[in-house]
Amino acid sequence: MGIGLTHYIVLSAILFGLGIFAIITRKNAVLVLMGVELVLNSANINFIAFAKFNKMNIDGHIAAIFVIMLAAIEVAVALAIVLNIYQNYKHINVDEIDSLKD
Amino acid sequence: MIEFGNLVANLQNSLSFFLPELVLVFTLLLLIVTDLIFRKIRFINGYISLLGFVLAGIVLFIQPKNLFGFLNSFVYDDFSFFFKIIILLTNVLIVLMSFESKELMEKGRNLGEFYTFLVGMTFGMFLVSGATNLILIYLAIETMSISSYILAGYTKEIRRASEASLKYVIFGAVSSGLMIYGISLLYGLTGSLNLVEIRDFLATNKIDTLPFFISSLLILAGFAYKISAVPFHFWTPDVYEGAPITITAYLSVASKAAGFAVLLRFLKLGLSSPTEALGSLWTMVGNIDWSFILAILATLTMTLGNIVALWQNNLKRLLAYSSIAHAGYILMGVAVLNDNGTASVLVYFFMYLLMNIGAFICVMLVADKINSEDIKDFEGLGYRSPLIAAVFSILLFSLIGLPPTAGFIAKFYVFAAVIEADLIWLAVVGVINSVISLYYYVKIMRNMFIRGLDENKGSIPISGLNQVIVIILAFLTILFGVYFSPIINWANASANILIWK
Repeated sequence: MGIGLTHYIVLSAILFGLGIFAIITRKNAVLVLMGVELVLNSANINFIAFAKFNKMNIDGHIAAIFVIMLAAIEVAVALAIVLNIYQNYKHINVDEIDSLKD
Repeated sequence: MIEFGNLVANLQNSLSFFLPELVLVFTLLLLIVTDLIFRKIRFINGYISLLGFVLAGIVLFIQPKNLFGFLNSFVYDDFSFFFKIIILLTNVLIVLMSFESKELMEKGRNLGEFYTFLVGMTFGMFLVSGATNLILIYLAIETMSISSYILAGYTKEIRRASEASLKYVIFGAVSSGLMIYGISLLYGLTGSLNLVEIRDFLATNKIDTLPFFISSLLILAGFAYKISAVPFHFWTPDVYEGAPITITAYLSVASKAAGFAVLLRFLKLGLSSPTEALGSLWTMVGNIDWSFILAILATLTMTLGNIVALWQNNLKRLLAYSSIAHAGYILMGVAVLNDNGTASVLVYFFMYLLMNIGAFICVMLVADKINSEDIKDFEGLGYRSPLIAAVFSILLFSLIGLPPTAGFIAKFYVFAAVIEADLIWLAVVGVINSVISLYYYVKIMRNMFIRGLDENKGSIPISGLNQVIVIILAFLTILFGVYFSPIINWANASANILIWK
């Protein structure tokens, strides 16, 4: 039995779940961003797998390239913000950055 | 496959109604250059960006309308015209507001990048209001989000601003991740990323309800984050409190407007059948009761916004919860899923623009002088600065929705659309919420006029451009409360979202 569409979808679902899990449980801001990367890449696997197995149109490939590009931009901005947080707080623990609350 | 010659011809034709966006891009490039060369001249970038917004507005009027372009992934119609005008008006007001904002000027900060990101964000919002392709929607939402993350933390040495931008970027990244995963699932289900093709596929083929439901819910999560609807509202109070007040005002109107524009277009173009009479209920494809889901979302959003606002003491935070509540009222107009509801959303946004930005400018003018946004420090403002207190009260009356202000007309039209669609319970919830909101708005007025009279603190001198702007905004708020027919007619004419048969 070869590798079919289902395998890819299950893989991407697992990756998506792990990403969400990392976002919820990690305290370090950089690790939270890594969780976000997992989520984005799970979407990429979906795009490529659907484009290959289902419909044979090029939209999925283009979408994946755009997502890769945006992930890079988002991480660049997010890391700059995390750096700024480090300068102000001397740590990047998202649980302790809570001066704004009700 | 499309032939290369046809592709080039299509792109060339599309450029004819892409002019405002091109104007914005050139403004953006010009701003980067002037920021490098003319650093010494104060506000030069502000003036250039104002010029760019005005020029983009002029071009909006003269270019051809009601066309699909860029291989059917972008549309310019009356609906996006309305939202683009709202976004441009907000931008002009925010640029004028920034000229006198104390927190932005501190430490001799150069505001060059501020305007660059503002123009970049406007470009993103213009794309959002016209996008009809899921990938373009995602890219456009990210374009505006990434600029807004930076703007929220623009005053970077202030701790709360940097915290606000961190929270904003994390919540934003998560919700955009959910959205793109939803888009990838919907692509797998329907085989297309174009909203029109998705609709046609859904109308003719039978697909499993559950995966379709999950994927569209995930996509809606991305929109709900932009319009700060419950349960994606967590960032709103923190970001609104921490960000510079100019950006808070900007996010509360322009970015919300873009979110609603794309939400309405997604529902109308992507999920409702094209064969229907004008003004009637949209027939949704797929067996999901979107009206009910949106009504529940609206109920939760406005109730949470209003109830939590009751015990806020920071005015920026209070206005943040108030803006969540207003997003709930506007969602009521979306939930009826017909053209009347869309028109009421448009009317609401126009009125909301006037009153909300006016209220934020009032808070900024006073907070810059007394160095506090605490509601207690506004005690006796009616005697220390009668003019601002009076103007602020007019705007607050409008936010409550009392006649004869613009806020009343806006709410009236939303409630009328809801009742007409037989969602009586939703209208009742909306009215109860309006009554709850009375308490915290009146609390501000009580502090301004009734308390703190005996502590002789001296008057607060307020002068300058922004004072004139708030007076004009308050005047317009009353004017459109009495003479509202032009806005209503304009909104009714714009409510018809262009569909591709």
